[in-house]
Amino acid sequence: MFNFSIFKKKRRPHQAAASRAGLGILVFEHTSEVIQAEKLLRSKGWEIRVMGPPPEIRTGCDLVVEFPLIEQLNILRLLESSGIQPLDIFPVTGQLLKPVDLFQVKDFGDYLMVRAANMKLTIEKKSRLIVNISGGGCPDVPYLAAMMVGKTLDESPRPLDLGHTLCGYALGLAFGEMEKQCLLL
Amino acid sequence: MLAVVGTVPDMAMELTVGEVILSGDSVLMAGKSMPVNRGTPALIGAACQILAVFGKTGITAFLAGDVGLGQGSRKIYHHLVHENSLSSVETIVFHYLQPDVDWHNRVLFRLSDMENRPVMVADAGFMYAAKMSGQAGEYDLFTPDAGELAFLADENAPHPFYTRGFILHGDNSVPDLVRRAYHHDNAAKYLLVKGATDYIMDETGLLSSVDGPSTEAMEAIGGTGDTLTGIVTALVHTGMTIADAALAGAKINRLAGFYANPTPATQIIEIIRQIPAAVESISNSKMTPCRFL
Repeated sequence: MFNFSIFKKKRRPHQAAASRAGLGILVFEHTSEVIQAEKLLRSKGWEIRVMGPPPEIRTGCDLVVEFPLIEQLNILRLLESSGIQPLDIFPVTGQLLKPVDLFQVKDFGDYLMVRAANMKLTIEKKSRLIVNISGGGCPDVPYLAAMMVGKTLDESPRPLDLGHTLCGYALGLAFGEMEKQCLLL
Repeated sequence: MLAVVGTVPDMAMELTVGEVILSGDSVLMAGKSMPVNRGTPALIGAACQILAVFGKTGITAFLAGDVGLGQGSRKIYHHLVHENSLSSVETIVFHYLQPDVDWHNRVLFRLSDMENRPVMVADAGFMYAAKMSGQAGEYDLFTPDAGELAFLADENAPHPFYTRGFILHGDNSVPDLVRRAYHHDNAAKYLLVKGATDYIMDETGLLSSVDGPSTEAMEAIGGTGDTLTGIVTALVHTGMTIADAALAGAKINRLAGFYANPTPATQIIEIIRQIPAAVESISNSKMTPCRFL
């Protein structure tokens, strides 16, 4: 679990964003629960987004799920039926932090590297073997690397299934982008 | 004493404090063997190699198993705050730890209360917490890579994952991002920015930079940043100034990488093995500023 108190510093109150009226956020204890909720809700067709929490939220992990508030009951019912229990629910009253959405792709010839935020994933093009994972600073990064390096993209566990932190989530984004890049090879 | 504080991806490993040595491809500690493949064991392996060149040992590690849920990190934090095991620490490096500002602050206060405050280096998750605590300036050295530097430069980002795109974008120069990080008080006294060119900077600007030998594959290899942090910390522990240690460390790490003739699939232990040869080469070079070597 990430300690939410990392959001204590230098935050300024945001202006309420009228366009975001009608949205709510689901707060979870662990990033891994956010990932489970995201997968479940998307699989059922809900339009949700994983975002950073507003500074006034002092509980939970460092990701929240933004959802249409009017669907709260349906969404809660689905989550609870799957054993995923949010810590709390709040209406969106301001700007949420947006996760990184820039990917950098580097072609090494026989190898391809994708960077998302502070995480880098490198594969051998021919075999799609994951040969290295670098970057990051949270303790699940060495764990994910140990589980993934030496396996092909198809064989490898997905970082979003095993990761617990924002670094793990960023590696999951890099993994997804790498899969897209492989379609172009 | 040189102290290394970090985690290993083994949930079975309880909090362990003790001397570490590099033996073959593993770090040995309290009867346990940990593979040197990345993360804190890679940092320890590189630091051991440097101290060995100087005929020294004496690295004490504070390690616990953690796979991202934070339990191991919190055991370490609790130990650092409540146990009297830091009194002989002269140099300390914080590494793969769950970022937690509250615990960070308690650890920092504990260190600040010491009669002889150690030289403090932070990298990885603990550097993230140090930045978000607003007390980055209390540290002597941060060793970010390009993505982490963008995070330090973004006064609003609580984690590299939320670094805003206009800052993360590759068009920003490292010196510009460093200036921005210092402007918002989000940098240590010295920064060693790891990348295609390694930059050593402080609040006054660029102190030095190293761009050779250039081995492009190093960027992809997990652990190359960890080894650089370990090398520099060990050099500082031998008595070098931070600026000189950062410059020498950047050269040693690059040369060790060059000697390993790496591909993007090379594993970090192959580079760590080359560190003694790299130190020897640099100490024999007239180009080095490493007068101590």
